[in-house]
Amino acid sequence: MFDFSIVSQWIHGLLTSVMPEWAAVLIECVLVALVIITLYAVFAIALIYFERKVCAFFQCRIGPNRVGKWGLLQVFADVFKMLTKEIINMRNSDRFLHNLAPFLVIVASMLTFSCLPWNKGAHILDFNVGVFFLLAASSIGVVGILLAGWSSNNKYSLIGAMRSGAQIISYELSIGMTMLTMIALTGTMQLSEIVQQQADYGWNICRGHIPAIIAFLVYLIAGNAECNRGPFDLPESESELTAGYHTEYSGMHFGFYYLAEYLNLFITAGIATAIFLGGWAPIYFPGLDGFNDVMAYIPGIVWFVGKTVVVVFLLMWMRWTFPRLRIDQILSLEWKYLVPISMLNLVLMALVVAFGVHF
Amino acid sequence: MNAEFIIFLVLALFVAVFSVMTVTTKSIIRAATYLLFVLFGTAGFYFLMGYTFLGSVQVMVYAGGIVVLYVFSILLTSGAKDTLSKVSKGKIAASLISTLVGLAVVLFIVLTHQFKTAIGVGDEPCENLITIDTIGQFMLSTDKAGYLLPFEAVSVLLLACIIGGLVIARKR
Repeated sequence: MFDFSIVSQWIHGLLTSVMPEWAAVLIECVLVALVIITLYAVFAIALIYFERKVCAFFQCRIGPNRVGKWGLLQVFADVFKMLTKEIINMRNSDRFLHNLAPFLVIVASMLTFSCLPWNKGAHILDFNVGVFFLLAASSIGVVGILLAGWSSNNKYSLIGAMRSGAQIISYELSIGMTMLTMIALTGTMQLSEIVQQQADYGWNICRGHIPAIIAFLVYLIAGNAECNRGPFDLPESESELTAGYHTEYSGMHFGFYYLAEYLNLFITAGIATAIFLGGWAPIYFPGLDGFNDVMAYIPGIVWFVGKTVVVVFLLMWMRWTFPRLRIDQILSLEWKYLVPISMLNLVLMALVVAFGVHF
Repeated sequence: MNAEFIIFLVLALFVAVFSVMTVTTKSIIRAATYLLFVLFGTAGFYFLMGYTFLGSVQVMVYAGGIVVLYVFSILLTSGAKDTLSKVSKGKIAASLISTLVGLAVVLFIVLTHQFKTAIGVGDEPCENLITIDTIGQFMLSTDKAGYLLPFEAVSVLLLACIIGGLVIARKR
Protein backbone atom coordinates (compact mmCIF):
# COMPACT_ATOMS: atom_id res chain seq x y z
CA MET A 1 0.00 0.00 0.00
CA PHE A 2 1.29 3.45 -0.96
CA ASP A 3 2.34 5.50 2.05
CA PHE A 4 1.29 9.13 1.58
CA SER A 5 3.66 10.35 4.30
CA ILE A 6 6.52 10.00 1.74
CA VAL A 7 4.92 12.85 -0.22
CA SER A 8 4.27 15.02 2.83
CA GLN A 9 7.80 14.47 4.14
CA TRP A 10 9.23 15.33 0.72
CA ILE A 11 7.28 18.61 0.71
CA HIS A 12 8.41 19.33 4.25
CA GLY A 13 12.05 18.64 3.36
CA LEU A 14 11.80 20.83 0.27
CA LEU A 15 10.36 23.74 2.25
CA THR A 16 12.76 23.49 5.18
CA SER A 17 15.73 23.52 2.79
CA VAL A 18 14.91 27.08 1.70
CA MET A 19 13.34 28.61 4.82
CA PRO A 20 13.28 28.26 8.63
CA GLU A 21 11.18 25.51 10.24
CA TRP A 22 8.37 27.72 11.51
CA ALA A 23 7.81 29.37 8.12
CA ALA A 24 7.66 25.93 6.50
CA VAL A 25 5.11 24.77 9.05
CA LEU A 26 3.07 27.94 8.50
CA ILE A 27 3.02 27.43 4.73
CA GLU A 28 2.10 23.76 5.19
CA CYS A 29 -0.76 24.74 7.51
CA VAL A 30 -2.11 27.20 4.93
CA LEU A 31 -1.80 24.61 2.16
CA VAL A 32 -3.55 21.95 4.21
CA ALA A 33 -6.33 24.39 5.12
CA LEU A 34 -6.82 25.21 1.43
CA VAL A 35 -6.97 21.51 0.59
CA ILE A 36 -9.54 20.89 3.34
CA ILE A 37 -11.76 23.76 2.25
CA THR A 38 -11.62 22.69 -1.38
CA LEU A 39 -12.38 19.07 -0.54
CA TYR A 40 -15.19 20.26 1.73
CA ALA A 41 -16.85 22.22 -1.06
CA VAL A 42 -16.30 19.52 -3.69
CA PHE A 43 -17.72 16.76 -1.51
CA ALA A 44 -20.69 18.90 -0.52
CA ILE A 45 -21.55 19.57 -4.16
CA ALA A 46 -21.15 15.92 -5.09
CA LEU A 47 -23.27 14.79 -2.16
CA ILE A 48 -26.07 17.25 -2.86
CA TYR A 49 -26.29 15.97 -6.44
CA PHE A 50 -26.13 12.38 -5.19
CA GLU A 51 -28.88 12.96 -2.64
CA ARG A 52 -31.18 14.64 -5.16
CA LYS A 53 -30.77 11.78 -7.61
CA VAL A 54 -31.15 9.06 -4.94
CA CYS A 55 -34.20 10.77 -3.49
CA ALA A 56 -35.72 11.09 -6.97
CA PHE A 57 -35.21 7.41 -7.73
CA PHE A 58 -36.71 6.39 -4.40
CA GLN A 59 -39.77 8.46 -5.23
CA CYS A 60 -39.97 7.20 -8.85
CA ARG A 61 -38.95 10.59 -10.28
CA ILE A 62 -36.08 11.53 -12.59
CA GLY A 63 -34.51 14.27 -10.48
CA PRO A 64 -32.49 17.17 -11.86
CA ASN A 65 -31.96 16.65 -15.62
CA ARG A 66 -32.12 20.08 -17.28
CA VAL A 67 -28.90 21.87 -16.39
CA GLY A 68 -26.04 20.09 -18.09
CA LYS A 69 -25.90 16.42 -19.01
CA TRP A 70 -28.04 14.43 -16.49
CA GLY A 71 -28.45 17.64 -14.50
CA LEU A 72 -24.79 17.53 -13.48
CA LEU A 73 -24.48 21.34 -13.42
CA GLN A 74 -27.64 21.86 -11.37
CA VAL A 75 -25.81 22.07 -8.04
CA PHE A 76 -23.24 24.52 -9.43
CA ALA A 77 -26.12 26.70 -10.61
CA ASP A 78 -27.64 26.49 -7.11
CA VAL A 79 -24.33 27.46 -5.52
CA PHE A 80 -24.00 30.52 -7.75
CA LYS A 81 -27.59 31.49 -7.03
CA MET A 82 -26.89 31.24 -3.31
CA LEU A 83 -23.69 33.27 -3.59
CA THR A 84 -25.48 36.14 -5.31
CA LYS A 85 -28.30 36.34 -2.77
CA GLU A 86 -28.44 39.11 -0.25
CA ILE A 87 -27.76 38.32 3.41
CA ILE A 88 -30.56 39.97 5.33
CA ASN A 89 -30.61 41.04 8.96
CA MET A 90 -33.65 40.62 11.13
CA ARG A 91 -35.06 43.53 13.04
CA ASN A 92 -35.06 43.17 16.87
CA SER A 93 -32.63 40.30 16.77
CA ASP A 94 -29.10 39.95 18.00
CA ARG A 95 -27.14 40.57 14.79
CA PHE A 96 -23.80 39.46 16.14
CA LEU A 97 -25.06 36.07 17.33
CA HIS A 98 -27.18 35.68 14.21
CA ASN A 99 -24.13 36.09 12.00
CA LEU A 100 -21.88 34.04 14.27
CA ALA A 101 -24.03 30.91 14.50
CA PRO A 102 -23.43 29.49 10.99
CA PHE A 103 -19.68 29.84 11.48
CA LEU A 104 -19.76 27.82 14.70
CA VAL A 105 -21.61 25.05 12.88
CA ILE A 106 -19.24 25.04 9.92
CA VAL A 107 -16.12 25.19 12.12
CA ALA A 108 -17.29 22.15 14.09
CA SER A 109 -18.00 20.34 10.88
CA MET A 110 -14.61 21.21 9.34
CA LEU A 111 -12.70 20.18 12.48
CA THR A 112 -14.38 16.79 12.38
CA PHE A 113 -13.80 16.57 8.64
CA SER A 114 -10.07 17.01 9.12
CA CYS A 115 -9.92 13.99 11.44
CA LEU A 116 -10.79 11.54 8.67
CA PRO A 117 -8.06 9.08 7.63
CA TRP A 118 -7.86 9.38 3.83
CA ASN A 119 -4.97 7.08 3.05
CA LYS A 120 -2.01 5.47 4.75
CA GLY A 121 -0.03 8.45 6.06
CA ALA A 122 -2.63 11.00 4.89
CA HIS A 123 -4.23 12.18 8.10
CA ILE A 124 -4.57 15.85 8.88
CA LEU A 125 -5.36 15.71 12.59
CA ASP A 126 -4.18 12.45 14.05
CA PHE A 127 -3.99 12.79 17.81
CA ASN A 128 -3.37 10.11 20.35
CA VAL A 129 -6.92 10.79 21.57
CA GLY A 130 -8.30 10.87 17.99
CA VAL A 131 -11.79 9.45 18.49
CA PHE A 132 -12.31 11.48 21.62
CA PHE A 133 -11.21 14.68 19.91
CA LEU A 134 -13.59 13.92 17.09
CA LEU A 135 -16.55 13.59 19.46
CA ALA A 136 -15.50 16.79 21.23
CA ALA A 137 -15.22 18.76 17.99
CA SER A 138 -18.58 17.57 16.74
CA SER A 139 -20.25 18.72 19.97
CA ILE A 140 -19.44 22.37 19.20
CA GLY A 141 -22.07 22.43 16.47
CA VAL A 142 -24.95 22.24 18.96
CA VAL A 143 -24.09 25.69 20.31
CA GLY A 144 -24.30 27.12 16.81
CA ILE A 145 -27.71 25.59 16.22
CA LEU A 146 -29.09 26.81 19.58
CA LEU A 147 -27.77 30.32 18.99
CA ALA A 148 -29.18 30.35 15.47
CA GLY A 149 -32.61 29.43 16.79
CA TRP A 150 -32.57 32.02 19.51
CA SER A 151 -31.10 34.93 17.56
CA SER A 152 -33.55 34.53 14.67
CA ASN A 153 -36.26 36.02 16.90
CA ASN A 154 -38.78 33.57 15.51
CA LYS A 155 -40.67 31.00 17.53
CA TYR A 156 -40.46 28.28 14.87
CA SER A 157 -36.71 28.66 14.72
CA LEU A 158 -36.50 28.49 18.49
CA ILE A 159 -38.61 25.32 18.65
CA GLY A 160 -36.48 23.79 15.91
CA ALA A 161 -33.29 24.69 17.75
CA MET A 162 -34.53 23.25 21.04
CA ARG A 163 -35.56 20.02 19.36
CA SER A 164 -32.26 19.81 17.59
CA GLY A 165 -30.33 20.43 20.80
CA ALA A 166 -32.26 17.79 22.72
CA GLN A 167 -31.86 15.31 19.89
CA ILE A 168 -28.15 15.86 19.24
CA ILE A 169 -27.23 15.76 22.93
CA SER A 170 -29.15 12.51 23.51
CA TYR A 171 -27.88 10.74 20.42
CA GLU A 172 -24.30 11.75 21.17
CA LEU A 173 -24.59 9.30 24.07
CA SER A 174 -25.09 6.24 21.93
CA ILE A 175 -22.46 7.41 19.45
CA GLY A 176 -19.98 7.70 22.30
CA MET A 177 -21.03 4.30 23.59
CA THR A 178 -20.56 2.56 20.23
CA MET A 179 -17.17 4.25 19.84
CA LEU A 180 -16.20 2.94 23.28
CA THR A 181 -17.25 -0.52 22.20
CA MET A 182 -14.95 -0.40 19.21
CA ILE A 183 -12.13 1.17 21.24
CA ALA A 184 -12.41 -1.76 23.65
CA LEU A 185 -11.78 -4.02 20.65
CA THR A 186 -8.93 -2.06 19.07
CA GLY A 187 -7.28 -0.88 22.30
CA THR A 188 -6.35 2.49 20.80
CA MET A 189 -8.08 5.79 20.11
CA GLN A 190 -5.75 6.98 17.37
CA LEU A 191 -7.63 6.79 14.09
CA SER A 192 -4.55 5.98 12.02
CA GLU A 193 -3.72 3.06 14.29
CA ILE A 194 -7.30 1.80 14.28
CA VAL A 195 -7.20 1.67 10.48
CA GLN A 196 -3.69 0.20 10.40
CA GLN A 197 -4.84 -2.63 12.68
CA GLN A 198 -7.70 -3.35 10.34
CA ALA A 199 -5.33 -3.41 7.37
CA ASP A 200 -3.24 -5.99 9.25
CA TYR A 201 -5.85 -8.20 10.90
CA GLY A 202 -9.10 -7.63 9.02
CA TRP A 203 -12.01 -5.22 9.26
CA ASN A 204 -13.35 -4.53 12.73
CA ILE A 205 -16.87 -5.49 11.78
CA CYS A 206 -15.59 -9.01 11.05
CA ARG A 207 -13.09 -9.13 13.90
CA GLY A 208 -15.62 -8.12 16.53
CA HIS A 209 -18.45 -10.17 14.92
CA ILE A 210 -21.74 -9.92 16.93
CA PRO A 211 -21.05 -6.90 19.19
CA ALA A 212 -19.40 -5.03 16.30
CA ILE A 213 -22.40 -5.56 14.04
CA ILE A 214 -24.78 -4.37 16.78
CA ALA A 215 -22.55 -1.35 17.35
CA PHE A 216 -22.51 -0.62 13.61
CA LEU A 217 -26.32 -0.66 13.41
CA VAL A 218 -26.68 1.54 16.50
CA TYR A 219 -24.05 3.89 15.07
CA LEU A 220 -25.89 4.22 11.75
CA ILE A 221 -29.17 5.10 13.50
CA ALA A 222 -27.57 7.53 15.94
CA GLY A 223 -25.40 9.03 13.20
CA ASN A 224 -28.43 9.79 11.09
CA ALA A 225 -30.03 11.47 14.08
CA GLU A 226 -26.86 13.49 14.76
CA CYS A 227 -27.01 14.92 11.25
CA ASN A 228 -30.64 15.97 11.78
CA ARG A 229 -31.67 13.92 8.79
CA GLY A 230 -34.88 12.05 8.28
CA PRO A 231 -36.52 10.07 9.89
CA PHE A 232 -35.04 12.29 12.60
CA ASP A 233 -35.37 15.62 10.77
CA LEU A 234 -37.73 17.13 13.35
CA PRO A 235 -35.57 20.21 13.93
CA GLU A 236 -36.34 21.39 10.42
CA SER A 237 -39.55 19.48 9.72
CA GLU A 238 -40.67 21.62 6.79
CA SER A 239 -44.37 20.89 7.13
CA GLU A 240 -44.69 22.25 10.68
CA LEU A 241 -41.74 24.53 11.36
CA THR A 242 -41.05 25.85 7.81
CA ALA A 243 -37.33 25.06 8.10
CA GLY A 244 -36.54 25.01 11.80
CA TYR A 245 -33.48 26.80 13.06
CA HIS A 246 -32.31 28.13 9.69
CA THR A 247 -35.64 29.59 8.58
CA GLU A 248 -34.43 33.17 8.87
CA TYR A 249 -31.09 32.73 7.14
CA SER A 250 -30.53 33.75 3.57
CA GLY A 251 -27.74 33.63 1.03
CA MET A 252 -24.49 32.00 1.98
CA HIS A 253 -25.35 31.88 5.69
CA PHE A 254 -28.09 29.45 4.80
CA GLY A 255 -25.59 27.85 2.44
CA PHE A 256 -23.28 27.12 5.37
CA TYR A 257 -26.00 25.15 7.13
CA TYR A 258 -26.73 23.33 3.93
CA LEU A 259 -23.07 22.51 3.37
CA ALA A 260 -22.59 21.45 6.99
CA GLU A 261 -25.60 19.13 6.81
CA TYR A 262 -24.25 17.27 3.80
CA LEU A 263 -20.70 17.20 5.06
CA ASN A 264 -21.87 15.89 8.43
CA LEU A 265 -23.50 13.08 6.51
CA PHE A 266 -20.18 12.38 4.79
CA ILE A 267 -18.29 12.63 8.08
CA THR A 268 -20.66 10.22 9.83
CA ALA A 269 -20.20 7.76 6.99
CA GLY A 270 -16.44 8.35 6.95
CA ILE A 271 -16.12 7.61 10.66
CA ALA A 272 -18.21 4.47 10.22
CA THR A 273 -15.85 3.46 7.42
CA ALA A 274 -12.73 4.18 9.45
CA ILE A 275 -13.91 2.43 12.59
CA PHE A 276 -15.97 -0.49 11.31
CA LEU A 277 -15.20 -1.04 7.65
CA GLY A 278 -11.44 -0.80 7.53
CA GLY A 279 -10.89 2.78 6.33
CA TRP A 280 -8.41 2.76 3.45
CA ALA A 281 -7.64 -0.95 3.91
CA PRO A 282 -8.42 -2.96 0.76
CA ILE A 283 -10.76 -5.92 0.82
CA TYR A 284 -8.92 -9.13 1.69
CA PHE A 285 -9.92 -12.78 1.54
CA PRO A 286 -7.52 -15.27 3.10
CA GLY A 287 -6.47 -17.80 0.49
CA LEU A 288 -7.34 -15.82 -2.66
CA ASP A 289 -3.84 -14.41 -3.19
CA GLY A 290 -4.26 -13.26 -6.79
CA PHE A 291 -7.46 -11.39 -5.96
CA ASN A 292 -5.86 -9.77 -2.89
CA ASP A 293 -2.87 -8.61 -4.91
CA VAL A 294 -5.10 -6.96 -7.49
CA MET A 295 -7.13 -5.27 -4.74
CA ALA A 296 -3.98 -3.97 -3.04
CA TYR A 297 -3.09 -2.04 -6.23
CA ILE A 298 -6.16 0.17 -5.87
CA PRO A 299 -5.07 3.26 -3.91
CA GLY A 300 -6.28 3.67 -0.33
CA ILE A 301 -8.12 6.91 -0.96
CA VAL A 302 -10.31 5.17 -3.55
CA TRP A 303 -11.15 2.50 -1.00
CA PHE A 304 -11.91 5.06 1.67
CA VAL A 305 -14.13 7.25 -0.50
CA GLY A 306 -15.78 4.22 -2.10
CA LYS A 307 -16.73 2.64 1.22
CA THR A 308 -17.88 6.00 2.55
CA VAL A 309 -20.15 6.53 -0.45
CA VAL A 310 -21.67 3.11 0.14
CA VAL A 311 -22.41 4.04 3.77
CA VAL A 312 -23.78 7.42 2.61
CA PHE A 313 -26.11 5.52 0.31
CA LEU A 314 -27.26 3.37 3.26
CA LEU A 315 -28.02 6.52 5.26
CA MET A 316 -29.94 8.06 2.34
CA TRP A 317 -31.86 4.84 1.90
CA MET A 318 -32.86 5.10 5.56
CA ARG A 319 -33.83 8.74 5.14
CA TRP A 320 -36.07 8.32 2.12
CA THR A 321 -37.71 5.11 3.34
CA PHE A 322 -38.96 5.85 6.84
CA PRO A 323 -41.57 8.47 7.77
CA ARG A 324 -40.64 11.18 10.23
CA LEU A 325 -40.89 10.36 13.94
CA ARG A 326 -42.44 12.50 16.67
CA ILE A 327 -40.16 14.20 19.17
CA ASP A 328 -41.23 11.94 22.06
CA GLN A 329 -40.72 8.89 19.85
CA ILE A 330 -37.24 10.09 18.97
CA LEU A 331 -36.27 10.61 22.58
CA SER A 332 -37.77 7.33 23.78
CA LEU A 333 -36.05 5.46 20.94
CA GLU A 334 -32.76 6.83 22.21
CA TRP A 335 -33.19 6.61 25.97
CA LYS A 336 -35.29 3.46 26.24
CA TYR A 337 -33.80 1.36 23.46
CA LEU A 338 -30.52 2.52 21.95
CA VAL A 339 -28.75 3.47 25.20
CA PRO A 340 -29.55 0.19 27.03
CA ILE A 341 -28.67 -1.79 23.89
CA SER A 342 -25.34 -0.05 23.50
CA MET A 343 -24.56 -0.41 27.22
CA LEU A 344 -25.21 -4.17 27.09
CA ASN A 345 -23.26 -4.29 23.86
CA LEU A 346 -20.29 -2.66 25.56
CA VAL A 347 -20.36 -5.34 28.27
CA LEU A 348 -20.63 -8.02 25.58
CA MET A 349 -17.65 -6.56 23.73
CA ALA A 350 -15.67 -6.41 26.98
CA LEU A 351 -16.39 -10.12 27.52
CA VAL A 352 -15.45 -10.93 23.93
CA VAL A 353 -12.15 -9.10 24.29
CA ALA A 354 -11.44 -10.53 27.76
CA PHE A 355 -11.97 -14.12 26.64
CA GLY A 356 -10.26 -13.48 23.31
CA VAL A 357 -13.09 -14.84 21.17
CA HIS A 358 -12.57 -12.27 18.39
CA PHE A 359 -10.65 -12.89 15.21
CA MET B 1 10.61 34.82 19.92
CA ASN B 2 9.57 31.58 18.30
CA ALA B 3 6.28 30.53 16.74
CA GLU B 4 4.96 28.94 19.92
CA PHE B 5 5.46 32.15 21.85
CA ILE B 6 3.57 34.14 19.22
CA ILE B 7 0.70 31.66 19.27
CA PHE B 8 0.70 31.81 23.04
CA LEU B 9 0.47 35.61 22.95
CA VAL B 10 -2.40 35.51 20.46
CA LEU B 11 -4.26 32.96 22.58
CA ALA B 12 -3.62 34.88 25.79
CA LEU B 13 -4.92 38.10 24.23
CA PHE B 14 -7.96 36.24 22.88
CA VAL B 15 -8.77 34.73 26.29
CA ALA B 16 -8.22 38.01 28.13
CA VAL B 17 -10.38 40.08 25.77
CA PHE B 18 -13.25 37.61 25.80
CA SER B 19 -13.06 37.17 29.59
CA VAL B 20 -13.56 40.90 30.00
CA MET B 21 -16.34 40.91 27.43
CA THR B 22 -18.07 38.02 29.24
CA VAL B 23 -18.48 40.06 32.40
CA THR B 24 -19.13 43.45 30.80
CA THR B 25 -21.75 42.54 28.19
CA LYS B 26 -25.36 43.47 28.91
CA SER B 27 -27.03 40.46 27.32
CA ILE B 28 -26.86 37.16 29.19
CA ILE B 29 -26.82 35.00 26.08
CA ARG B 30 -23.90 36.98 24.66
CA ALA B 31 -22.09 36.45 27.94
CA ALA B 32 -22.54 32.69 27.46
CA THR B 33 -21.17 32.96 23.90
CA TYR B 34 -18.12 34.93 25.00
CA LEU B 35 -17.56 32.38 27.76
CA LEU B 36 -17.53 29.73 25.04
CA PHE B 37 -14.69 31.59 23.31
CA VAL B 38 -12.76 31.84 26.57
CA LEU B 39 -13.06 28.09 27.01
CA PHE B 40 -11.91 27.52 23.42
CA GLY B 41 -8.89 29.67 24.14
CA THR B 42 -8.09 27.59 27.22
CA ALA B 43 -8.36 24.45 25.13
CA GLY B 44 -5.98 26.13 22.69
CA PHE B 45 -3.41 26.46 25.49
CA TYR B 46 -3.62 22.74 26.20
CA PHE B 47 -3.18 21.89 22.52
CA LEU B 48 -0.24 24.28 22.36
CA MET B 49 1.39 22.41 25.23
CA GLY B 50 0.81 19.16 23.38
CA TYR B 51 -1.57 17.82 26.01
CA THR B 52 -4.28 16.80 23.57
CA PHE B 53 -6.26 14.78 26.10
CA LEU B 54 -6.93 17.72 28.38
CA GLY B 55 -7.64 19.93 25.36
CA SER B 56 -10.27 17.51 24.09
CA VAL B 57 -11.78 17.22 27.56
CA GLN B 58 -11.93 21.00 27.75
CA VAL B 59 -13.77 21.26 24.43
CA MET B 60 -16.06 18.33 25.15
CA VAL B 61 -17.01 19.06 28.76
CA TYR B 62 -16.96 22.84 28.87
CA ALA B 63 -17.70 23.95 25.32
CA GLY B 64 -19.92 21.05 24.33
CA GLY B 65 -21.49 20.42 27.73
CA ILE B 66 -21.52 23.30 30.16
CA VAL B 67 -22.07 26.12 27.66
CA VAL B 68 -24.81 24.15 25.92
CA LEU B 69 -26.39 23.65 29.34
CA TYR B 70 -26.17 27.40 30.00
CA VAL B 71 -27.67 28.31 26.64
CA PHE B 72 -30.39 25.72 27.08
CA SER B 73 -31.36 26.98 30.51
CA ILE B 74 -31.30 30.60 29.32
CA LEU B 75 -33.60 29.68 26.44
CA LEU B 76 -35.94 27.62 28.62
CA THR B 77 -36.32 30.34 31.21
CA SER B 78 -37.56 33.72 30.10
CA GLY B 79 -34.21 35.35 30.86
CA ALA B 80 -32.93 35.46 27.29
CA LYS B 81 -34.14 38.99 26.64
CA ASP B 82 -33.20 40.25 30.10
CA THR B 83 -30.36 42.68 30.32
CA LEU B 84 -28.20 43.51 33.28
CA SER B 85 -29.30 46.17 35.71
CA LYS B 86 -27.27 49.34 35.98
CA VAL B 87 -24.08 48.86 37.95
CA SER B 88 -23.88 50.90 41.12
CA LYS B 89 -20.71 52.38 42.59
CA GLY B 90 -20.82 49.96 45.53
CA LYS B 91 -20.86 46.99 43.15
CA ILE B 92 -17.89 48.35 41.20
CA ALA B 93 -15.92 48.91 44.40
CA ALA B 94 -16.74 45.43 45.74
CA SER B 95 -15.80 43.70 42.50
CA LEU B 96 -12.62 45.75 42.20
CA ILE B 97 -11.52 44.81 45.70
CA SER B 98 -12.28 41.12 45.25
CA THR B 99 -10.47 41.11 41.89
CA LEU B 100 -7.39 42.75 43.37
CA VAL B 101 -7.34 40.35 46.32
CA GLY B 102 -7.69 37.40 43.94
CA LEU B 103 -4.88 38.73 41.74
CA ALA B 104 -2.64 39.22 44.75
CA VAL B 105 -3.24 35.67 46.00
CA VAL B 106 -2.62 34.13 42.58
CA LEU B 107 0.53 36.19 42.00
CA PHE B 108 1.86 35.31 45.44
CA ILE B 109 1.38 31.60 44.84
CA VAL B 110 2.76 31.64 41.29
CA LEU B 111 5.85 33.63 42.27
CA THR B 112 6.73 31.73 45.45
CA HIS B 113 5.81 28.19 44.44
CA GLN B 114 8.54 25.87 43.18
CA PHE B 115 6.98 24.14 40.19
CA LYS B 116 8.18 20.59 39.75
CA THR B 117 8.60 19.25 36.25
CA ALA B 118 7.17 15.82 35.65
CA ILE B 119 9.58 13.11 34.57
CA GLY B 120 10.23 13.15 30.84
CA VAL B 121 8.81 16.62 30.24
CA GLY B 122 11.25 18.78 28.32
CA ASP B 123 11.10 22.37 27.22
CA GLU B 124 9.76 21.45 23.82
CA PRO B 125 6.05 20.66 23.68
CA CYS B 126 5.57 17.18 22.40
CA GLU B 127 2.42 15.44 21.36
CA ASN B 128 1.84 11.89 22.65
CA LEU B 129 3.97 12.60 25.69
CA ILE B 130 1.29 11.39 28.06
CA THR B 131 -0.78 8.92 26.13
CA ILE B 132 -4.36 8.15 26.94
CA ASP B 133 -3.25 4.63 27.90
CA THR B 134 -1.22 6.02 30.79
CA ILE B 135 -4.06 8.27 31.91
CA GLY B 136 -6.47 5.34 31.85
CA GLN B 137 -4.07 3.15 33.86
CA PHE B 138 -3.65 5.83 36.51
CA MET B 139 -7.36 6.58 36.63
CA LEU B 140 -8.29 2.99 37.45
CA SER B 141 -5.31 1.78 39.44
CA THR B 142 -5.20 1.13 43.19
CA ASP B 143 -1.47 1.76 43.49
CA LYS B 144 0.09 4.54 45.48
CA ALA B 145 -0.34 6.99 42.61
CA GLY B 146 -3.70 5.50 41.53
CA TYR B 147 -6.85 7.55 41.29
CA LEU B 148 -9.48 4.85 41.68
CA LEU B 149 -10.78 6.07 45.04
CA PRO B 150 -11.31 9.73 44.01
CA PHE B 151 -12.71 8.50 40.70
CA GLU B 152 -15.34 6.40 42.48
CA ALA B 153 -16.03 9.15 45.02
CA VAL B 154 -16.78 11.58 42.18
CA SER B 155 -19.12 9.07 40.59
CA VAL B 156 -20.99 8.71 43.90
CA LEU B 157 -21.27 12.50 44.02
CA LEU B 158 -22.69 12.57 40.48
CA LEU B 159 -25.14 9.81 41.35
CA ALA B 160 -26.30 11.82 44.37
CA CYS B 161 -26.79 14.86 42.10
CA ILE B 162 -28.86 12.84 39.63
CA ILE B 163 -31.08 11.42 42.39
CA GLY B 164 -31.43 14.86 43.96
CA GLY B 165 -32.43 16.34 40.61
CA LEU B 166 -35.02 13.60 40.07
CA VAL B 167 -36.50 14.13 43.53
CA ILE B 168 -36.80 17.87 42.96
CA ALA B 169 -38.26 17.54 39.47
CA ARG B 170 -40.65 14.68 40.34
CA LYS B 171 -44.38 15.34 40.07
CA ARG B 172 -46.08 14.95 43.44
